[in-house]
Order: sequence, then C-alpha cells, then structure tokens
Amino acid sequence: MSDLLVIGGHEFQSRFILGSGKFSLEITNAVIKNAGVEMATLALRRANVGGEENILDYMPEGITLLPNTSGARNAAEAVRIARLAREIGCGDFVKVEVIHESKYLMPDNYETIKATEQLAKEGFIVMPYMYPDLNVARSLADAGAAAIMPLGAPIGSNKGLLTKDFIKMLVDEINLPIIVDAGIGRPSQACEAMEIGVAAVMANTAIATAKDVALMAKAFKLAIESGRAAYLAGLGRVLEYHAEASSPLTGFLQD
Amino acid sequence: MVKENNMDFMRYMEDMEQIDSVIMEEVLEQVKHFHYSAYTENDVRYVLAKDEINSEDFQVLLSPAAQPFLEQMARKATDETRKHFGTSVCLFTPLYIANYCENYCVYCGFNCHNKIQRGKLSLEEIEQEMQKISETGLQEILLLTGESRNMSDVAYIGEAVKLAAKYFSTVGIEIYPLNSEEYKYLHECGADFVSVYQETYHPEKYGQVHLSGHKRVFPYRFYSQERALLGGMRGVAFGALLGLDDFRKDAFATGLHAYLTQKKFPHAEISFSLPRLRPYINSEETNPNDVHETQLLQVMLAYRLFMPFAGITISTRERAGFRDHVIGMCATKISAGVKVSVGGHDEEAKGDEQFEIQDPRNVDEVHKAIAGRGLQPVYTDYIRV
Repeated sequence: MSDLLVIGGHEFQSRFILGSGKFSLEITNAVIKNAGVEMATLALRRANVGGEENILDYMPEGITLLPNTSGARNAAEAVRIARLAREIGCGDFVKVEVIHESKYLMPDNYETIKATEQLAKEGFIVMPYMYPDLNVARSLADAGAAAIMPLGAPIGSNKGLLTKDFIKMLVDEINLPIIVDAGIGRPSQACEAMEIGVAAVMANTAIATAKDVALMAKAFKLAIESGRAAYLAGLGRVLEYHAEASSPLTGFLQD
Repeated sequence: MVKENNMDFMRYMEDMEQIDSVIMEEVLEQVKHFHYSAYTENDVRYVLAKDEINSEDFQVLLSPAAQPFLEQMARKATDETRKHFGTSVCLFTPLYIANYCENYCVYCGFNCHNKIQRGKLSLEEIEQEMQKISETGLQEILLLTGESRNMSDVAYIGEAVKLAAKYFSTVGIEIYPLNSEEYKYLHECGADFVSVYQETYHPEKYGQVHLSGHKRVFPYRFYSQERALLGGMRGVAFGALLGLDDFRKDAFATGLHAYLTQKKFPHAEISFSLPRLRPYINSEETNPNDVHETQLLQVMLAYRLFMPFAGITISTRERAGFRDHVIGMCATKISAGVKVSVGGHDEEAKGDEQFEIQDPRNVDEVHKAIAGRGLQPVYTDYIRV
C-alpha cells in the first residue's frame, strides 16, 4: 500500500523533514542519507552563493529544498526573502517564518497569514510555520497554504509536544498536511506526533545536539515510520486511570 | 597640561537627543544592591540546577562563589549554545576607517591626548580595503572610527557604510553614539548592527576616566542602543571594559542593560562583547590584573546562561588558545584577519593601533580552527531586506 505525503501536488515517501543550520555542513550528506529524508529546510540567510561554506553546495541532488524566510520580521520581508530564494534556484517551496521577538523566537501568526496569502498568489508552495491556533490555521488554509507547520514547543527547546492537544485540533479540522515543526526533542516525541495523525515531522536541534548526529537522524526516521504505521493501524483503546470493573455498575437493571 | 572638563557627566549636552526610558535608573539601582560576596556555594548549586536563570541567579553566577564551578557552568553553557546556535560560529572582521578622537578616556590608546599617528581613509582607500577583505571570503564587516564628529562625521561614515553594503551581507558600526535620526540614516545606508560599549556602569568611575569630550556624558552613551533600535537597527551589542572598575558589577550591569533593552524591544537581536583592558602605545604599564582568563570566562558563561539566545563575540584582544575554546561553548562570533590600525588590509596602515592584538591569524587559519573543533564556520547569517 502506498502511503505518500502530498504537498502542493508533490509526492514524498518520507515523512521526515530535516532542518539544517545547526549541525556542520560536511555531515549534511550523511545525515540526510541516514534520515532517509527527501526534503530539507535551509535558511536563505545562510546561502552564501558563490562564497565560502554555502549551504546549497552541501545539499545532495534529488533533495527538495524548503527555503525558509528566517530573519523576516514582517510579511513584506518574508515575501522578499522568498522571492530571493526562488531567484537563486531554490524552487517553489517556501517555509514562511516571521519572527520579531528574539527571546523565544515565537512566530507572528498575523504577519504569517499575510505573507502566505501573497506568496500563494505568486505561485509558491507555501508552508507557514505557526503557533497552533485553529482559527489561524483556517485562515492560512484560506490564504492558500499547502501545509501547516505548527510548533510543538519553542524552537530549539527540545521540550516535545507541549501543544499536542491544539495540534490535534488542526489534524482533525484542517484539510491540509499538518507538519510538526520545532520543539521535538527526541524520537519518541516524533513518534507520538505521528501517532496522533500529523502528516510529517520536522526536526533539527534534537539531531544537531546529539552525540552521534547521523545515528540520531536514523533514530528519528525509524520513530516517524513507526508512529505513522501506528496511526494507520488505528491505535487500540487506552484505558486511563483504572481497569474496567468486571462486575458492572448497571447489572441491577431488570427490564 | 591637560585641561579637564568639569562638566557634570550625568547632564546631556546640547544636540543630544533624550529619549523616554527608565532602564538606566533601573540598572543603576539594581547594581547598587548587588553584593556578590553574600552568595555561597549552595546558592551556586541551586542556580546550576535550574532551567531558567533570572537576574538574581545571574548575580549568583557572577559572584566569587561561582568561580570554583566554572566547569559545571561551561557544560551547561555548551548545552545552551548548542540548543540555540547549533554548531554555528560566525566570522567577521573589523575595519578601522579613522582614529581621530575628541574624547579623553584615560585608559584608551586612541584618546585625544595620546601622541599617536592619526589617520582617516579616503573613500577610495576604504573601498580598496573592503575589496581586499571580501577576497578572504568574509561577508560580515564591522566599521570602526575613533570618536570624532569633526574628523569622521556621519556623512562620511554613511558613505563608508554604503560601500560596505556593496561588498558584505552584514554591516555593523562601532562609532560614537548618535541620535536616533542619525542611526536611521546609517541604517538606510546599509548598516544593521550597532555596538556601543558603556565601558563602566559605575557613574562616578565613568566620570573619573572620561575626562572630556562627548563621551563624558554617561546617560547619552547608555541609551545609544535604544536610539539605534528606534532608528531601525536590527541588533545592538553591549559591553563593559572589564577591569576598568569592579568587573563583577560591570558585568551584571551589562547583562541587565541588555536584558531590559530586549524586553522593551522584543525584536532586537542582542549581543555581548567582553573587552578587557590591554596595554596600548605609550602606556605599556597598563596591565589590569584582576580580570584574568578565569574571570573573563566566568562572565562569558554567566551571560550565556542568563540570556541563552544572545550572541557573544570574542575579539582578538584574547589569545588564539582562549578564543578557540570559547567558541561553541559560549561565544558565537569570532573575528579573523584583524587589523586594529587604520586600514592596513590593502596598503600600509594610515594610523596607529588602538591596542595590541593577541591573535593575528588570518581568515583561513581561523576557519580551520573552527572546523577543527567540529564546528561550522558561518560567513553569512543575514539578509538585508
């Protein structure tokens, strides 16, 4: 049975999107291979085209690039960065990231909607990074987003699925791939996200901060596949707090 | 005989913009109540076990009691640096375009009474220097002048910034404090980052070592970062000249100044520099002994733990062995191919150095040192939009 991830008409086997920028470029290839990823993000501000240590030079062929607009503080800047990314040949995908807060790096949902609308009009395949709010997700869908990327926890925090219940609302209500981006700290959390039905998981810091980066990439791959399989299989009922009483409370009824 | 300025160092001069802010009062008040000798080993252990470091914890980390815990602080700091910056280490170089100065700062080699060779690059010379620097692969430049509004005015600096924006993706300035309108102008020319160092946050000491010139005005200098942000700059750097006064208090004030500024301007990118006093031409005997590498590292680690998202720059005032070890642990940006004379990248220098550098390595050598530690040299991390 084929179980493909479809974003903006493009099909992917892998449900693991790799974030880059936090581990050394020379291991990019090994990480991508071990992770089995087909899509990797890159910060355009790191693209030193024609210069030293250009991240684009390290991306293996066949990888779909997901340039992000990091550094943008408002919609207008995000739009300009996205256009620049397309100009230098990064393709039509763009992860909209609008942040004007340097402490927690929380995305600005309002500006993100505006940027998404504009970029979708310009033919980009827009994947907005957002704080999981159902109303905002609906607006993003209306604005032409190709997928929604809610954060699990503050970026770089490795705190896991703090926003799980709110991400679940998006999974249930939004008819687009929901991709958890930011905060996932360990493979078990990636697995947990997949189990609730998100379409894919993005991770960077969790892998970059591991002792063996390439091996952790593989661990994530397996966890994501496992979580996906569990979702497709349909999770069994989980009994909380206590087992089911063997003598029923309603056994006294005589009809 | 040097004529001292007996002007009140807390009073603004004419033409100096006054903004609406109370951060200075708050910093000075808190520093007054920072009694670092009151903290104990137990306080340090408690703080090191915490996830988030508040301003009182920051005081603990700066105290003498924390000094024996440097190893633990270094481990915690390395984790934080890794979480927020990954393995990235940004490279840049400073370019001194002029060293004329109208201030009399008793500790500085550029001070207006020190007999050194003064110089100022013409725009052609600036461009030649920039070409030479950009050939090394660098994409980030920091333009510096001495503090002379007459010899290196804002229009001149603006032209230099415009040239820099042609060659580099990131342009910072380290010049005399400006009004917000002037910062706005330089931002429009292409500069995005501003460094102004308060030197010391102890007002009386500040008055004693800044005997004359615009720099004598403590509050105008203090609010430079806020004016720069009001002028549209993206990032601001803070620093005290460690060793000038009580370095623990100055480090606390610096951190708090940065913290409160970020709170007021949440989008501001914050960074720290940690210059410590160094000997300069005609003053070889200046050798402040209280800030050794141990203390310097303690301050760097405390900054990292207090503001894990802030950048920390390590300059060539420190030796290669020190610099190579603090990148990845707490420092996130390192200079390379540094000349602290006026010009000197392309042709012979036109003016003397501000201080003696301890790490003369070129860009290639610093690049190799970064990569050799398993870290990623980053040449560009910024898009001007």
